[in-house]
Amino acid sequence: MFEQNKIRLEFPILGSSVNGNQLVYLDNAATTQKPLQVIHKISEYYENNNANVHRGVHFLSTKATNLYEDARRKLQQYINAKSSDEIVFCRGTTEAINLVANSFLRTRLNSGDEIIISAMEHHSNIVPWQIVANSVGATIKVIPINKQGELVIEDLPKLLCKKTKLVAVSHISNALGTINPIKKIIDICHAKNVPVLVDGAQATPHQLVNVTDLDCDFYAFSGHKMYGPTGIGVLFAKKEHLESMPPYQGGGEMIKMVSFTETEYNDIPYKFEAGTPNIAGAIGLGTAVEFLDDLGLEQIELYEKQLLEYLTAKISMLAGINIIGTAKQKTGILSFTLDNIHAHDVATILDDDGIAIRAGHHCAMPIMSYFNVAATSRISLSFYNTEEDVDKCISALQKVRKIFA
Amino acid sequence: MNLTSLYQEVILDHNRNPCNFGILADATNVANGHNPLCGDELKIYLRMSDDNTVEKINFTGRGCAICMASASLLTENVIGKSTKEIQDIFQRVHVMLTKGKIDDDLGKLTVLGGAANYPSRVKCAILAWRTLVAALENVVDSVTTE
Repeated sequence: MFEQNKIRLEFPILGSSVNGNQLVYLDNAATTQKPLQVIHKISEYYENNNANVHRGVHFLSTKATNLYEDARRKLQQYINAKSSDEIVFCRGTTEAINLVANSFLRTRLNSGDEIIISAMEHHSNIVPWQIVANSVGATIKVIPINKQGELVIEDLPKLLCKKTKLVAVSHISNALGTINPIKKIIDICHAKNVPVLVDGAQATPHQLVNVTDLDCDFYAFSGHKMYGPTGIGVLFAKKEHLESMPPYQGGGEMIKMVSFTETEYNDIPYKFEAGTPNIAGAIGLGTAVEFLDDLGLEQIELYEKQLLEYLTAKISMLAGINIIGTAKQKTGILSFTLDNIHAHDVATILDDDGIAIRAGHHCAMPIMSYFNVAATSRISLSFYNTEEDVDKCISALQKVRKIFA
Repeated sequence: MNLTSLYQEVILDHNRNPCNFGILADATNVANGHNPLCGDELKIYLRMSDDNTVEKINFTGRGCAICMASASLLTENVIGKSTKEIQDIFQRVHVMLTKGKIDDDLGKLTVLGGAANYPSRVKCAILAWRTLVAALENVVDSVTTE
C-alpha cells in the first residue's frame, strides 16, 4: 500500500498552514495540488530548455520540440491511444469540448438534428452543445438520472434516432461522484452509428482509462485535475475524425503553406494547435502522468475507494447529513447537505479549521434542481488524503452544527 | 479573520427566525436578486406610502445565514424610511463591507461588518441591499451580485 508520509512530502503545499491549522485539502475535484516533480520540471524547462517549438533550427528549439512531443507520447500511452497524432493539446476539458462542438459537430449538424447529453453534466458539457444547436436549430435531449444519481441508461436506446448526431456524456460526475457505465453507453451508441464524446475530467486522475478499449470517438480531460499544471489539457480524437475536421482556430503552427488567397493546413494534430502552445504545461503534464503511473492507477483507485468508504461511514453517523449521490459505482466525491445550513456557511466554518471543501452548484445547476437543493457541500478526495484528514473534517462538521444549533 | 465576528448571535438568530419573511400581497414594488455564485435567491416586496416612504417590507427566498440575516435586518431597518434615506444606508453598508470599517451610525446593522473579513462572503451580505435598491426603482429584471 501507499507510504502516505512519503507521498505527502511530494506535495509541499500540504505542509502549509491555513488560519493557524495545517491545511486539509479536500477540494480535489476542483483542482489537485502539484507534486515537486511537476513543479521542478516546469522550472527546469524555463531555466534550461525554453524555446519555441516546431520551427527553430537552433539547438534549444530542437530540445523544446523533443520535450513537447515526448509529453504527447506520454499522454498517448497514459490513455492507451493508438497514435500520438490522436492527442491534441488544448487548454483543458472545456476547450476540448468546444473544439469538437465547432470543428466536428457544427459541420455535420442540420436543423432538426439532435444531440444527447446526460442530466449530470458539468456546464462545460452542456453549453458548447447549446451554442452550436441554437445556431442551426438543432435540439438537445437528456439521459435522465435516478434518485441515487445514476444514469437511467435503459432510456438511451429510446432517445437515439436517425437525427442523433452526437452523444456527449461524462465518465464520472464532478458533483455526485457517479462512475458512469461508459463502455456500455458507447456500445449502444455505436450500434446506431452515433459518435460519442466522453468528458473524462474526473476520471483520468483516479482510474485507468483506455480509449482504445472504450472505442470512444472523443475523450476530453484537463491537466490540472490530475496533478499537472493549469492551462493544459487533452482532446483525444480518433484519427479519422481529426482528419475530416476543419481547424478550430487559425494561426501559426497549424499551417503548411499560406498565401493571401489560400492556406494549406498542417497535418494532425498540429492542425488543431494554432499559435505557440503551452509548452511548459504539456511537459509538466507529461511528468504528472509519469508520477501517476509510478504510483499505479490501480493502487490509487483502491486506496481512494477505501478512503471514500471510511468517509461515507463516518459522515453518515452525523445527524442532519443528507448525502446527494449514492450510486453503486462511485469515485472519491461526496456531496451533501447538513440540516438546512447553507453550503457556504459550512465551507466558511470548515475553512476556519484549515479545511478546504467546495460549496455551491459545482457548475452543474441542472443536478441541483433535480435534487431540489440550491447548493451542496462537496468533499473530494485524493490519494494524498488520510483518515486523519477525514476525522478533522468530521469534527469541523460537528462544530458547524453546534454553531447553528 | 474571526469566525465569531462573522456568525454573531444576532446573525444566527435572524437566520433561524427571519423577520418579515413571506409574500406581501399588496406590494407596490417588487424585485428579485440572485447570487449566481452560490445560488442564493431573494425577492423583496415593498409597499410604498404616498409620501414615498416604506410602509411595509417583506422578503422571500433562500440563501446562506449571512444573506438571510442581512435581508431580515434590512427589513427591520428600513420601515418608515424614504428612498433617499435608504440609499444613504445602502452606501454606508457597502462601504463597511468593502472597506472593513465598522460604521457605528449603522446601529444594529454593524453586525454585518464581520463579513468584510471574508471577501467571498461580502456578496452574501450585500445581495439583499442590491435587491432593495432595485425594488425601490422597480427594476423588473433580476439583479445579481456579479
